[in-house]
Amino acid sequence: MVSLVPRLVEGLAKTRKGLLGKMGDLINRSGKIDEEFYEELEEILISADVGVKTTTELLENVREEVLKKRVKEPAKVLDIIKKNIQEILGEGTSALNLEGVPPRVFLVVGVNGVGKTTTIGKLAYFLKQKGKTVLLAAGDTFRAAAIEQLEEWSRRAGAQIIKHQEGADAAAVAFDAVRAAKSRMIDVVIIDTAGRLQTKKNLMAEVSKIQRVVEKEVQGAPHEVLLILDATTGQNAVSQARLFGEAVNVTGLVLSKLDGTAKGGIVIAVRGELNVPVKFIGIGEQIGDLRVFNSEEFVKALFGEEGSGSR
Amino acid sequence: MAAFSSLTEKLQQAFKKLRGKGILSEKDVSEAVREVRLALLEADVNYKVVKEFIGKIRERAVGQEVMKSLTPAQQVVKIVSEEMTELMGGAKSSLVVADKPPTVIMLVGLQGAGKTTTAAKLARYFRNLGRRPLLVAADVYRPAAVQQLQSLGEKLKLPVFSMGEKVEPVNIVQGAVKRAQKEGYDQVIVDTAGRLHINEQLMEELKRMKETAEAHETLLVVDAMTGQDAVKVAEAFHEKLGLTGVILTKLDGDTRGGAALSVKAVTGCPIKFIGMGEKLEALEPFYPERMTSRILGMGDVLTLIEKAQSQVDKDKAKDLERKIRENQFNLEDFLEQLQQMKSVGSLENILEMLPGNAMGKQFKNLKIGEKDLIKTEAIIQSMTIQERNNPEILNGSRKKRIASGSGTRVQDVNRLLKQFAQARQLMRQMESSSRGATGKLSKKMKNKRFHFPLFR
Repeated sequence: MVSLVPRLVEGLAKTRKGLLGKMGDLINRSGKIDEEFYEELEEILISADVGVKTTTELLENVREEVLKKRVKEPAKVLDIIKKNIQEILGEGTSALNLEGVPPRVFLVVGVNGVGKTTTIGKLAYFLKQKGKTVLLAAGDTFRAAAIEQLEEWSRRAGAQIIKHQEGADAAAVAFDAVRAAKSRMIDVVIIDTAGRLQTKKNLMAEVSKIQRVVEKEVQGAPHEVLLILDATTGQNAVSQARLFGEAVNVTGLVLSKLDGTAKGGIVIAVRGELNVPVKFIGIGEQIGDLRVFNSEEFVKALFGEEGSGSR
Repeated sequence: MAAFSSLTEKLQQAFKKLRGKGILSEKDVSEAVREVRLALLEADVNYKVVKEFIGKIRERAVGQEVMKSLTPAQQVVKIVSEEMTELMGGAKSSLVVADKPPTVIMLVGLQGAGKTTTAAKLARYFRNLGRRPLLVAADVYRPAAVQQLQSLGEKLKLPVFSMGEKVEPVNIVQGAVKRAQKEGYDQVIVDTAGRLHINEQLMEELKRMKETAEAHETLLVVDAMTGQDAVKVAEAFHEKLGLTGVILTKLDGDTRGGAALSVKAVTGCPIKFIGMGEKLEALEPFYPERMTSRILGMGDVLTLIEKAQSQVDKDKAKDLERKIRENQFNLEDFLEQLQQMKSVGSLENILEMLPGNAMGKQFKNLKIGEKDLIKTEAIIQSMTIQERNNPEILNGSRKKRIASGSGTRVQDVNRLLKQFAQARQLMRQMESSSRGATGKLSKKMKNKRFHFPLFR
């Protein structure tokens, strides 16, 4: 497999310059590890959306280790931070649940505007590249032209689509899609849903209902419930992950819009609080701009390693 | 979200030790400032903005007299709140109207901020003002974005100008302005494609669109859930385009919305509207004070504090404290407390002003509380002064008389006396432990199933 690091580094360019370029500067100019040093570390982490709570915990661990191992050089602190972030993010990659009797049913959820429909288009393409047949369910029956938007992506990705009218019952769309997938021997069904804020109880109940409907139709379904998080989001992402996790059985996170602008530190905050792996990252608007998340490469990219040439 | 306790509460914790001190020292303030800082960072206010802001707070808070303000925590919150409201622009600001119509408004921002929905909401807003809006579908990049705006236009029965997805956005706005001039539309609202602020090519395109259309307003649409990057985004858009204002979207969720403060602080552009839901009528003017309360996570506590301060007589409060200390708190005082509470507002009113969700569970049986209050008042008023001062003398026949006099039953009288005894005990505990911790008070009262939130 071609290493994703260069592309990731490119995608995370801003993060690197923002977050860890700063950390490098700090380490270069700090002669010793003192309060001021820690304060600046805190600033760097919080500025990257890592969040107050996770940053505090992270730095407590770092302080402890620095004391225990009698670390004197600021440069070594960098390794300790890296190790701690790696621990929070978990190891390596987390594969999609594709093994087993088809159709495999994936449900995609998230708040408004995070890029659910776009991610589904890219995911369909990703699966097609792997030789899978894919059927999309146009379950966002609320937002104007969301169905048309998904249709366009289905054309681009070469996937089938099941749709109803705007305003139709999303659970009915999901039901029809799963039924169609069974009779057409489709490998993967991806169900789009309308964006909803995690605090709207009735809308969250609706998404639970979609999950129940597919549960009844296919054994073990939904095999994946992917929560899409916008990488530019701040601390609210933690609330999103928590409350969506209560409504549906979230199995993986997708971090969208990680190209250039976003810092993505929020993923550390979310992972620090919830034990759900990140499965993909979105790094652009093109159909190929979806990458399997690899935590080690992510951390490397975050710290700008192997990327000095591409700067 | 209940995940955050209110800043006031945290500050009260921080100030617990201050009892008996005269003036807030630099060290005392430092502790408070730490809490304020954390609250702001948790709310996603930009780190640098926080730093600067905190400096101001520190300056103002040091040297404040603790005793003059019975509660230093609230005093500090008040300072924070005032400064923040000031920073967010004081009064609300309105949209420009061009001397020679049409007035052109361009909506710009990152992907997924809510530009298309906001465009439709704005069009509806103008129609309700009696103007003739023309929506312009200039997002030719996102699949079906043009259809989305057309479909929203249909719902509102408002015209949408579009030239499909194959035409340059610059040409689209040009065509739209011409159409508006010809057909007498006085408000042109341009929906643009979402783009990254670092995408120079697309930013250049926006600039050309703005110049071509001679836009009167260029509004940045910002997702209220945006994190620390909000500042960079706003800076970049402002630098390139010269923004005239900001619209904050998705504020109907549980985000604290610190992005608002950051964006205003950095660009100086006023926040003109907020999006409060998916429905097309969910667009509201922006009120800085409300945003302040939201960022600090304290509902409209300040209004409440101010009201309480204006209603509660300081001397009486001192007198009450003495009585509690000396265990002389009687039913007369109890009645007075109830009446004071009523003068601040109805229970429901008061609760509405408290930080929203966090308090919800605790006050589920709110209506009952209100009724109990009236009943309690009636019972106490049916007692003689002597009885009020010495509840111990209340025997069976006295209770019967009071019950019939107040239209209640003897059980009600007994319950009141029990509650009163509990309250008295509680107040003594409070007095001996800490003076300012209302948070603690409400917790204790809840445990004892006590129905009357009292003033300290």
